[in-house]
Amino acid sequence: MSGAVNIRAVALFALVAILFIGTGIVQSWNTSLTILNMGLISAIMALGVNIQWGYAGLFNVGVMGFLALGGLATVLVSMDPVGEAWSAGGLGVILGLTLGAATIIAAILTYQKMPAGRMRGIALLVILVGGFFLFRGVFDAGVEAVESVDPSVSGYLGGLGLPVLVAWPVGGLLAAGAAWIIGKTALGLRSDYLAIATLGIAEIIIAVLKNEDWLARGVKNVIGIPRPVPYEVDLQASESFQNFAASMGSDPVGASTITVKLLYAALFVTVLLVLIWLSQKALNSPWGRMMRAIRDNEVAAEAMGKDVTRRHLQVFILGSAVIGIAGAMMTTLDSQLVPSSYQPLRFTFLIWVMVIVGGSGNNWGAVLGGFLIWWLWVMVEPIGLWLMQGITAGMDEGSALREHLLGSAAHMRLMTMGIILLLVLRFSPKGLIPER
Amino acid sequence: MDFLNALVALANFVLIPATAYGAQLALGALGVTLIYGILRFSNFAHGDTMAFGTMVVILVTWWLQSLGISLGPLPTALLALPVGIAVTGLLLIGTDKVVYRFYRQQKAKPIIYVIASLGVMFVMNGIVRFIIGVDDQRFADGERFIISARDFREMTGLDEGLAFRTSQGLTIVVAIIAVALLFWFLNRTRTGKSMRAFSDNEDLALLSGINPERVVLITWLIVAALATTAGVLYGLDKSFKPFTYFQLLLPIFASAIVGGLGNPLGAILGGFVIAYSEVAVTYAFRKVVGYLLPESLEPEGLLQLLSTDYKFAVSFGILLIVLLFRPTGIMKGKSV
Repeated sequence: MSGAVNIRAVALFALVAILFIGTGIVQSWNTSLTILNMGLISAIMALGVNIQWGYAGLFNVGVMGFLALGGLATVLVSMDPVGEAWSAGGLGVILGLTLGAATIIAAILTYQKMPAGRMRGIALLVILVGGFFLFRGVFDAGVEAVESVDPSVSGYLGGLGLPVLVAWPVGGLLAAGAAWIIGKTALGLRSDYLAIATLGIAEIIIAVLKNEDWLARGVKNVIGIPRPVPYEVDLQASESFQNFAASMGSDPVGASTITVKLLYAALFVTVLLVLIWLSQKALNSPWGRMMRAIRDNEVAAEAMGKDVTRRHLQVFILGSAVIGIAGAMMTTLDSQLVPSSYQPLRFTFLIWVMVIVGGSGNNWGAVLGGFLIWWLWVMVEPIGLWLMQGITAGMDEGSALREHLLGSAAHMRLMTMGIILLLVLRFSPKGLIPER
Repeated sequence: MDFLNALVALANFVLIPATAYGAQLALGALGVTLIYGILRFSNFAHGDTMAFGTMVVILVTWWLQSLGISLGPLPTALLALPVGIAVTGLLLIGTDKVVYRFYRQQKAKPIIYVIASLGVMFVMNGIVRFIIGVDDQRFADGERFIISARDFREMTGLDEGLAFRTSQGLTIVVAIIAVALLFWFLNRTRTGKSMRAFSDNEDLALLSGINPERVVLITWLIVAALATTAGVLYGLDKSFKPFTYFQLLLPIFASAIVGGLGNPLGAILGGFVIAYSEVAVTYAFRKVVGYLLPESLEPEGLLQLLSTDYKFAVSFGILLIVLLFRPTGIMKGKSV
């Protein structure tokens, strides 16, 4: 990195630090830390998107889906198994899923092994139709049995009961698996097709999460996911913590919330640093140079004997895995999985704004964008409200327009984000910290 | 008799709704495919363009309703439609001037346009939410049914009723008119021919003295008309909710790609393929099959292949199959 860029990057990170410190002083440290924790996770999401877009020029608009898969991983790993549900229909569900997978594999094998012709078509049809009904027969019975087990509190299979931190890499693996399926079909075609395929898979993943109650309780949400850090109440009860709080000159309640947030922040910072270190290593390795060569000129890279589609698949899976890890971390931070909270504008397109604004192709840029845009996203709402109050100050108390303007202030942030994206794309397309 | 009943049930729950939905998707996909053919990018703001146009139409409809103006049995929204198209056209041309033209001059990669269209999507989405909010809005008025289920039963003496809603009939009629106009324009007029020439081979078109800025301008106007019409028809048929319009992006893209991106005929075909499969796969066929089979064989389950919540999965599945086996689409679109 050349000196000028370096200074610029440091200055920009300092600016972001000032924003967070300012929030801490003006509002409260609790708010500032809440924003910071989500900012750290956003930075990891942006890092994942940057691996795909910045290294290889792949346009993934299914970020939301990969995040949700990470969230699902936390439930599947960390919740306690529901024994009753397992004995009621667990076998049916697993057998059904196995049959479904076997059908698809059989169909693929038939397609590959049999000579093309009418016979192959008939065989495929028989396998797919027969397999589908078999799958539905076994699977539906199992699902019904599982979902009828105490539906108000469980009605799902539960998880493995492992420590929640295990879920983070597992979330990455789940997302990587989904990415493999998408990449296999859509990569190697026009760049827009990947965009549309990822847009679709994200919607479907959310639909599955919302409707498959046996998996993660659907819209009934899973709450009380175990935490990797102590609970506030436990801290407040412990004598040593009370002494510690007193020595810091603060009350135990306030100190405990701050401590918990700091512990989370420490965990997230660790993950972020490890991922940045790995990404930087990869970017500056021969592999990274090859990726950039492919991005900048696919034809030339192909002529040099590089398998472009294969490299694209690789980098797409890697980036998605990082997004999956971030998704698992986010659900861990929330301690709950709420499928209806996954909104594409918030969880896909906002991440894109972070990457573009921060500087595509530059890991530090993506991280900076994550912090900065997340801070803005949280802050634009109060600023918008304040602005609207200013505009409407002269209007009558009961005026309908005034009510409407005040009520709509919340929607200002979408417009703001869109305008920021367009401005950066136009006037500073390399972002705040450009690729060198 | 049972066979007729089965047929009527099928028409009532599958054929008619799917045809109306297919026409709406086809109009949407035509817009996407035109932008793709002329401007050469996938416009992610298309769903929100539809929402914007529909919003303008709704506002004008309300205003007309407050004045007591109506079209009798037809929805008032038809009167407001030209205004909606005009306003949306202005918005799209404005967006082109402010956003896309710069990248045309730069000869930017298609993916940059796509990202720019994301920004436009954000802004349009914000405008729509800001003006009309995020809630469901109903603006259909006039006669609700062309044939109601009860009238049909009395008319034919069948057990099964067939309801044909005004919005469905209107969708089909308006879509046919719009498509006929579009094809007449593209195939018969000078401007339309210059558009097709531009889409087929940009360099050759420029050599023959076709003004690219004019072609682009006309494209945006046509897109505004198609998007607003599609949005209004969808809103009349179902209801208007900004987020639903954003979600329509997926079936619309699927239609355009399945048919062959850049090919207007393909977009129409794709729209109907997607709509029929979506409705057929998520419909519970129990009633239809119940009429056809003897009582002893009557099915236990609903005979529904997938729950309606997975309708996106259907368009997506078809999209994947087409991408795997025939990436240029059924009707051979422009490029892989």
